[in-house]
Amino acid sequence: MTDTQWLTWEVFHQTQRGAPHIHVGSVHAPDAEMALLMAKEQFARRQACVNLWLVPTHAIYASPYEDADIFEHGTDKSYREAFGYKVRDRVRAANLNDEDKQEDIPEEA
Amino acid sequence: MSVLPLNYYSTVEDDGRSEEEKLLAFEAKINRGEKIEPTDWMPERYRKQVMRMVQNHGNSEIVGALPEREWIPHAPTFKRKLALTAKVQDEVGHAQLLYRVVETLGKPREVIIEELLNGTAKYSNVFNYAPETWADVGVIAWLIDAAAIIRQLLLREGSYGPYSRALKRICYEESFHLKHGYDICVTLALGTSTQREMLQDALNRWWEPILGFFGPPDNDSVHTSELMRWRVKLKTNDAIRQEFLDQYVPKIWELGLTLPDPKLCKDEQTGVWHYTEPDWDEFKRVIQGHGPCNAKRIAVRRMAHEDGEWVRRALAAAEHNESIPVH
Repeated sequence: MTDTQWLTWEVFHQTQRGAPHIHVGSVHAPDAEMALLMAKEQFARRQACVNLWLVPTHAIYASPYEDADIFEHGTDKSYREAFGYKVRDRVRAANLNDEDKQEDIPEEA
Repeated sequence: MSVLPLNYYSTVEDDGRSEEEKLLAFEAKINRGEKIEPTDWMPERYRKQVMRMVQNHGNSEIVGALPEREWIPHAPTFKRKLALTAKVQDEVGHAQLLYRVVETLGKPREVIIEELLNGTAKYSNVFNYAPETWADVGVIAWLIDAAAIIRQLLLREGSYGPYSRALKRICYEESFHLKHGYDICVTLALGTSTQREMLQDALNRWWEPILGFFGPPDNDSVHTSELMRWRVKLKTNDAIRQEFLDQYVPKIWELGLTLPDPKLCKDEQTGVWHYTEPDWDEFKRVIQGHGPCNAKRIAVRRMAHEDGEWVRRALAAAEHNESIPVH
């Protein structure tokens, strides 16, 4: 029997110019050109497609799921997020145009 | 660190956890609704069961294309011919997607194909029956694909990531198959008396195999409860059969057709359908290779495999080194 195990190629599909390429699956093929042909039949025969990327599976370097803790933050990093700043609350509380209350501007914590 | 086996199951390195701890973490992941990926630790029974199930599903797609393929030259109109050809192409494509999923669990596709040809791997029993008339093509595409969709929409919510993702695409494509089959049946139902008789005859012959499609009632409760807990099975065979009856019997009756089962009725109090159990002994006999078309299906599959040998050899020999730069 001829070995058709071949390489596997990961397929990335783009639905329109400017959209991101999205991973949709993989195909077996002896080379890039055949991989493109297989991927076209398998992943582009129905939905719109303007472009396909084929990447040999072995070329992808992936982080292990068991090491997902490498993405966790050790400290509070809310200072680098927009939600970390409650500016409007402070402005409203200050009520700067009310002459009676101008004495009571709260200090930043 | 070496490049990881991204899409393949591999023995996860010993991280010091006991089997017990690994199993608890595995089940906790499933309980949180997370998917299991090929590189995650999984119990051997889980891997074997998912593999057996997906391999069976893949084989059913590829063998399921064979009875329909016989009708491509005999389709009554050009539009029907185009649609049927597209459906057959889809089914073969689904087999490819599913075989890739089996491979992620450690079985190469060379072996998958070999196991289909030598009879060690099974496929859905329903494809061992012959489509005798054009109405059969409509009934198969409407009702067998409907049965498959009900099952696959459930399995799509299962725990194994690669299977779940493949099913998303498969269900999307199956919905055209169902509509195409329904359209054929409705056309015949609204046609001449000969056409109506042809449709009724097809339904009479296919009804029992269709009910059998969902498999025998689950009685091995220990086995079933483990598979349910691991989200390999989402509902029992009987529960899925009930869903099918509830959705499709009214649609069949609406066309003025009858079903060949005097017991068939819905208990309006409980919402449960009563029906005559398919002959499960016959079901087992056919699965074991004694149905009307088992030998024929495998023979065609073998012929296709052997006739395609030169293509595979040519592809393997070709030395194309150029590739298209991405940007």
